[in-house]
Amino acid sequence: MARVVVDVMLKPEILDPQGQAVQRALPRLGFEGISDVRQGKRFELEVDGPVDEAALARIHDLAESFLANTVIEDFTVRVDEVAEAAK
Amino acid sequence: MTARIGVVTFPGSLDDRDTQRAIRLAGAEPVALWHKDKDLHQVDAVVLPGGFSYGDYLRAGAISRFSPVMETVIEQARAGLPVLGICNGFQILTEAHLLPGGMLGNDHLHFICRDQKLRVENADTAWTVDYEQGQEIHIPLKNMDGRYVADQYTLDKLEAEGLVAFRYLARDGVADERGNPNGSLNDIAGITNEAGNVVGLMPHPEHATEPLIGTGRTDGLPFFTSILKKLVTA
Amino acid sequence: MSRTPLDTVEHAAATPDVELPWAELGLKKDEYERVVEILGRRPTGAELAMYSVMWSEHCSYKSSKVHLRQFGEKAPQSDALLVGIGENAGVVDVGQGYAVTFKVESHNHPSYVEPYQGAATGVGGIVRDIIAMGARPVAVVDPLRFGAADHPDTKRVLPGVVAGIGGYGNCLGLPNIGGEVVFDACYQGNPLVNAGAIGVMRHEDIHLAKASGAGNKVILYGARTGGDGIGGASILASETFDDAKPSKRPAVQVGDPFQEKLLIECTLEAFQEKLVVGIQDLGAAGLSCATSELASNGSGGMRVTLDDVPLRDSTLSPEEILMSESQERMCAVVEPEKVERFLEICDKWDVIATVIGEVTDGDRLEIYWHGGKIVDVDPRTVAHDGPVYERPYARPSWQDELQADDANKLPRPSSSEELKDQVLKLVASPNQASKKWITSQYDHFVQGNTVLAQPEDSGMIRIDEESGLGVAIATDGNGRYAKLDPYAGAQLALAEAYRNVATTGAKPLAVSDCLNFGSPEDPAVMWQFAEAIRGLADGCQQLGTPVTGGNVSLYNQTGEAAIHPTPVVAVLGVIDDVARRTPVAFQEEGQLLYLLGDTREEFGGSAWSQVVHDHLGGLPPKVDLERERLLAEILISASRDGMIDSAHDLSDGGLIQAVVESALLGGKGARLVVPDGLDAFTFLFSESAGRAVVAVPRSEEVRFNDMCGARGLPVTRIGVVDGASVELQGEFELTLEELRQAHEETIPALLK
Repeated sequence: MARVVVDVMLKPEILDPQGQAVQRALPRLGFEGISDVRQGKRFELEVDGPVDEAALARIHDLAESFLANTVIEDFTVRVDEVAEAAK
Repeated sequence: MTARIGVVTFPGSLDDRDTQRAIRLAGAEPVALWHKDKDLHQVDAVVLPGGFSYGDYLRAGAISRFSPVMETVIEQARAGLPVLGICNGFQILTEAHLLPGGMLGNDHLHFICRDQKLRVENADTAWTVDYEQGQEIHIPLKNMDGRYVADQYTLDKLEAEGLVAFRYLARDGVADERGNPNGSLNDIAGITNEAGNVVGLMPHPEHATEPLIGTGRTDGLPFFTSILKKLVTA
Repeated sequence: MSRTPLDTVEHAAATPDVELPWAELGLKKDEYERVVEILGRRPTGAELAMYSVMWSEHCSYKSSKVHLRQFGEKAPQSDALLVGIGENAGVVDVGQGYAVTFKVESHNHPSYVEPYQGAATGVGGIVRDIIAMGARPVAVVDPLRFGAADHPDTKRVLPGVVAGIGGYGNCLGLPNIGGEVVFDACYQGNPLVNAGAIGVMRHEDIHLAKASGAGNKVILYGARTGGDGIGGASILASETFDDAKPSKRPAVQVGDPFQEKLLIECTLEAFQEKLVVGIQDLGAAGLSCATSELASNGSGGMRVTLDDVPLRDSTLSPEEILMSESQERMCAVVEPEKVERFLEICDKWDVIATVIGEVTDGDRLEIYWHGGKIVDVDPRTVAHDGPVYERPYARPSWQDELQADDANKLPRPSSSEELKDQVLKLVASPNQASKKWITSQYDHFVQGNTVLAQPEDSGMIRIDEESGLGVAIATDGNGRYAKLDPYAGAQLALAEAYRNVATTGAKPLAVSDCLNFGSPEDPAVMWQFAEAIRGLADGCQQLGTPVTGGNVSLYNQTGEAAIHPTPVVAVLGVIDDVARRTPVAFQEEGQLLYLLGDTREEFGGSAWSQVVHDHLGGLPPKVDLERERLLAEILISASRDGMIDSAHDLSDGGLIQAVVESALLGGKGARLVVPDGLDAFTFLFSESAGRAVVAVPRSEEVRFNDMCGARGLPVTRIGVVDGASVELQGEFELTLEELRQAHEETIPALLK
């Protein structure tokens, strides 16, 4: 088993009210010097078998067609190195 | 013979029975369609109703969009089948790319339920011919993810080609941020495709069809009489 | 993973000296000894888990039972009651073959710990109670109480609670049609989150929680079982297991409204096909409660194989599985030949369903785990024969002093200007201000049958599209009144809910309650509780509205400080044709305004005394239930015969609050005149009970006056619907815009 992580973020030009709400709360909590917060989603996929080029390509398709809505969101796909290393 | 209008029930659909009632009140025959069934049972038009299909998990409409019934709906909508998406139905239509743009959480981060003033910006679609162009109507709105977004190119195209079907209005009839309930770009409440057979909007016309119920207005009934007229005269 | 031998019944019998952590599980020593006596041996870990959770205050009502009996003993004769106290919820006959079930439950403490999930799972639980009676849920209501409106923690709790109620209820497709929002410093640290629901069914569809018929299968369906809400059981688990498991179990349960929506639909479909013999939802005490209640209410015993329970967390011990409060689960008893069809329906709705046991010939509840018998009990001893306490109670020493601190002696406004300022201050105060910021987060349109929703006096739902038959529900409670006099306070809550139902044109039929109090171990609190129940039971007897069920929430206190005694009363009514309902909003200019009932100098516990003087003392308004009944009859007749176009009950805030609300909702003002025999201040702010303001079309004036005169109800003409302001002749005029600003901006400003 290997873990592949898909991160999905709203496209930069799209308003993220949740991220803004978090950012507005920061000074109240005593955290200074953070100029922007954007909130996204992280998917952890436990993959059977090797994570080779072909597997990553399939996951890329999955992310593009389902996990993210590319009209409003961007995504990245990566192998979870820490999980890999721990094996 | 009257028109047969299908209403799809997805897991988590909520306004499916209400939409069937509105269809009946307009004089057409509602046909219940099931999300796992690809067969549309020869209906003349389809409504994707409101609700929280799959709990709005992942993104509103994102999982329903891949249900078996949607394969047929997508295929036939491209061939001209009239399809109306209300609220969650609108979200499903954008996820299915039958309509451009996408839906995100309301800018104020709350669910909002209220009687909403709208302007009919396109009275030429399969679902709006019984309205006057520019008519001002009140339709209940109730959603969590009602913020319409699209890139500038898409917005420009929608505006230039008259594809904005409904726009949010303030009480005084002006479309601006006072009447906009969720931060939708260009105060867009609903849109149509170029052919005018696929229409989606966030407010709920099926909840404005009986004088005693809900807000007590019947401004939503013309959606259903429009499609009936369209189908019977077609 | 190594483990000590499974603590089976055999093992328990052979090892009598094993110490079990009964105290950590909340049992008292004598309670534990009672368990040993019942079983004739020490309990197994699993049995101890079941007894401890089922004998808790929450599940056994051990402190309140002796008082609650009055609801049965004093129950009025009523043909309307189909199912009474003791089932998941009471059932009322509303005519035309329809039955309605309704109930209110508290989810106070969980909502303080985690406002969103606490409130959300409160809605989920009450809705499952309604489904378990065989009904389709048609509406929810939420009476809420929070600490001071401007306290920083209110800003944490309130938005979370409201979002949780909305997030769950909206996702289920249930219109939220009523409830209340009250602020008072006494609820700081102890918010009251009461959730109510109504369901509708045909008479023949009523289902009960009982397992009958040997050989019938017990099916657990819905969500998988996880480690939710089992802080207690973990103690047991640690005795029998090594540390190879997640050690900290969350006390907070997390709701999944989508799963619950599927559960509703598949349960109703199974009912429709007559597949279900008995049914029980899994709420507090989870499987312990469901299996012991089903078995003890049925004719036989029950055998359950715990290994068959679908788990979300495979490390759960049997004790934890029995105590888990994972949400969105139900348990059905189904005849063997119907099991396949039942499972098919669950599959259609993507709901996991598993046969976990069967009804047996005997009278024992037997539960197996890994082949060993870990529970062998008489289910009645778990579910019904819990301890009963006669807790000492005594009228608190401070009660006299509180009542002597007469609010009628507070300084009153001395000029027209001051009177006007106090009106504005009142309608803008957090308790009297518009709650639109809150209620607009709830869907009130879904299902397409909502005739009236908050801020109307009662919520109203159409239940038959052909005939227009409908039901109305109102929930009310006033902790300030109840603190001054708990007996009268409970009756005033009943009277107000009763009046609110009648004001909309519906006939009050039955009562449910949610009784929120402090610690029963405090004799003063116990006295408040006893008095409130006595008041409510007497009141229901006099009004002819039986109590169909209810809920008790105790220990609502921080340290020594208890909340105000807060009995919340729900009244359910029926209306033959919803087309005849009476709304709050003024409908037409020129209509005449009449005040029904008597106005006295009654300011004890009033909104005025709180807003202007921050005062609580004296006596609450006088209760006259015969007058309430007469007023209700007049309001219902007037609605049925089309004599009134709008009506609003008078309660906290008095007449001016009611007139301002009617004016703002209708967008039409009013010109008022102080009637003979009253001063302007008393006219505006008195909270005398048994009153309403109605708007009568001029064409109906004579007929309406004749009716009131003939029946002996005092009626006073006080003005006319007119203009764009509220004017009190010779005193002041406030424009609707000024009033709207004052009334509507308070709550958003506080919670921004």
